Amino acid sequence: MIFEGKAWLFGDNIDTDAIIPARYLSTTDPREMAQHLMEDIKPDFPGLVKPGDILVGGENFGCGSSREHAPWAIKGAGVSCVIARSFARIFYRNAINIGLPILECYEGLSEIDSGSDRLRVDLEQGTITHLRTGHVYKAEPFPPFMQEIINRGGLIEYVKARVNPAG
Amino acid sequence: MKETNQAINSGSTLVEKILAQKSGSKKVEPGNLVNAKIDLALGNDITAPVAIKEFERFKVDRVFDPEKIVLVPDHFTPNKDIASAEQALALRRFSEKYNIKHYFEVGRMGIEHALLPEQGLIKPGDLIIGADSHTCTYGALGAFSTGVGSTDLAAAMAVGEAWFKVPSTMRFEYNGTLPRWIGGKDLILYTIGQIGVSGARYRAMEFVGSAIEKLSMDGRLTICNMAIEAGGKCGYVQPDEITFEYLEDRVRGDYNAVYSDQDAHYEQVYNYDISDLEPQVAFPHSPENVKPVSKAAGISIDQVVIGSCTNGRLEDLRDAASVIKNKKVNPKVRMLVIPATQQIYRQAMEEGLLAIFIDAEAVVSTPTCGPCLGGHMGILAHGERALATTNRNFVGRMGHPESEVYLSGPAVAAASAVAGKIVHPEEVI
Repeated sequence: MIFEGKAWLFGDNIDTDAIIPARYLSTTDPREMAQHLMEDIKPDFPGLVKPGDILVGGENFGCGSSREHAPWAIKGAGVSCVIARSFARIFYRNAINIGLPILECYEGLSEIDSGSDRLRVDLEQGTITHLRTGHVYKAEPFPPFMQEIINRGGLIEYVKARVNPAG
Repeated sequence: MKETNQAINSGSTLVEKILAQKSGSKKVEPGNLVNAKIDLALGNDITAPVAIKEFERFKVDRVFDPEKIVLVPDHFTPNKDIASAEQALALRRFSEKYNIKHYFEVGRMGIEHALLPEQGLIKPGDLIIGADSHTCTYGALGAFSTGVGSTDLAAAMAVGEAWFKVPSTMRFEYNGTLPRWIGGKDLILYTIGQIGVSGARYRAMEFVGSAIEKLSMDGRLTICNMAIEAGGKCGYVQPDEITFEYLEDRVRGDYNAVYSDQDAHYEQVYNYDISDLEPQVAFPHSPENVKPVSKAAGISIDQVVIGSCTNGRLEDLRDAASVIKNKKVNPKVRMLVIPATQQIYRQAMEEGLLAIFIDAEAVVSTPTCGPCLGGHMGILAHGERALATTNRNFVGRMGHPESEVYLSGPAVAAASAVAGKIVHPEEVI
């Protein structure tokens, strides 16, 4: 899978309350959640983010609560993938489980001009190309087991296939 | 009742042993990916509705085990609005449809992480997942217990398994004598201040040392509760007499207490002498922004919250009541006291603690997570500041994005409610 989109830069320790505040958790509809994505730390963001865009975070992206609404809100906004130096562990497994592509990339992506620069992400190769500079960053590869969950589009389909291989 | 399992010196930590047992392996190493059988799966009124929606995709007519699923409507309950009522109803309908044994309706419920241990649903050696980040609390009883998302809960409800990457373990030793006014909250805030919110990311946190050995179960639950605030996958205390005493009359049937081996491998070991520790306060907007209370002295506050899965237990209420007895909440402050479960509420009433709070002109609420996550029952306005015994102080956590939350233990919170500003408990006693 190859994605190309505008990059939005966020800092370290972006918590799930920042990604989607608790006052919007009374829903299970990802598109409704997306209307409040990052609004407490970047109030205009829900109006700016477009389908296909890419979120780039620093350390410990998605820390705090286990609310799956956080990756769902990102997915609901049509964001194609999230790249961070590191992810908090519950966010990490939630993203994989719901089929939201994420990449851990230890190289600094801080030179990105947020909201204008574009990135091309090759999930299979694990490469991130900064289209303005041509610089190519290498992401950490997923273990095959997690890649399999991602390939199947999430945990539910993966478990269904494992429990009932014929069906 | 208890069986102990100390014989094998396999160089494993408690977490490695539980994950090995539950995945049918002889031994596991940090970094291994395992599929493990779970003893209990938990959801609440925020996370379970998403899980139920995902569960329906399995198109199965039963859950893996109706006795091993716990559903607790505690976040936005008693229902704060129509949307929340619909979510709580989804839990009830699901529980009825699949005969979920441990569904706790309002009136029987409590804040999940206070409720489950109290109800005897947690045993040493168990593997527990919960669609709530503070599920790490149950490590206080020697279980491996960790927070997951709704889809993990959905899969667990269907097949009774979950995938795990075996974490490496960090050991935290607390030695010395616990000073007066210092409790589990101060130890864990201090630790998070030392290692940061990412300091234990993906790792297990083992809490040991003479101070932990003397710490009550309520204090241990508080420490393990906030392992997630250091990024930890779980936190735990190895079972001892305090544990077994707590389990008596709560847990029926056998359990298998597990311990770390003498030759277990730890990624890091921290040693803290806590004999001179001051009460700790986390400043906005991060639980790692921790300072001793003397550095917070004089910061004015509009609201005090005593409660939550972190500090809403009986001992916390006793601590707060001992400080505020025969005093009044400062006229510029609102003080909310939220006993974490019905049983705690009842006990606090019998001990006269609720009368102390009401006489002090504090509000006493029915159990709810409410204000901790900015849900309801104590939302902050623009520019307001709270001191809370809760666990997170992120931007907008308790209300308006431009409000502020400071975190402390219950004694500091109660004293500060009296003073109208953050103070050491000694200053109002």
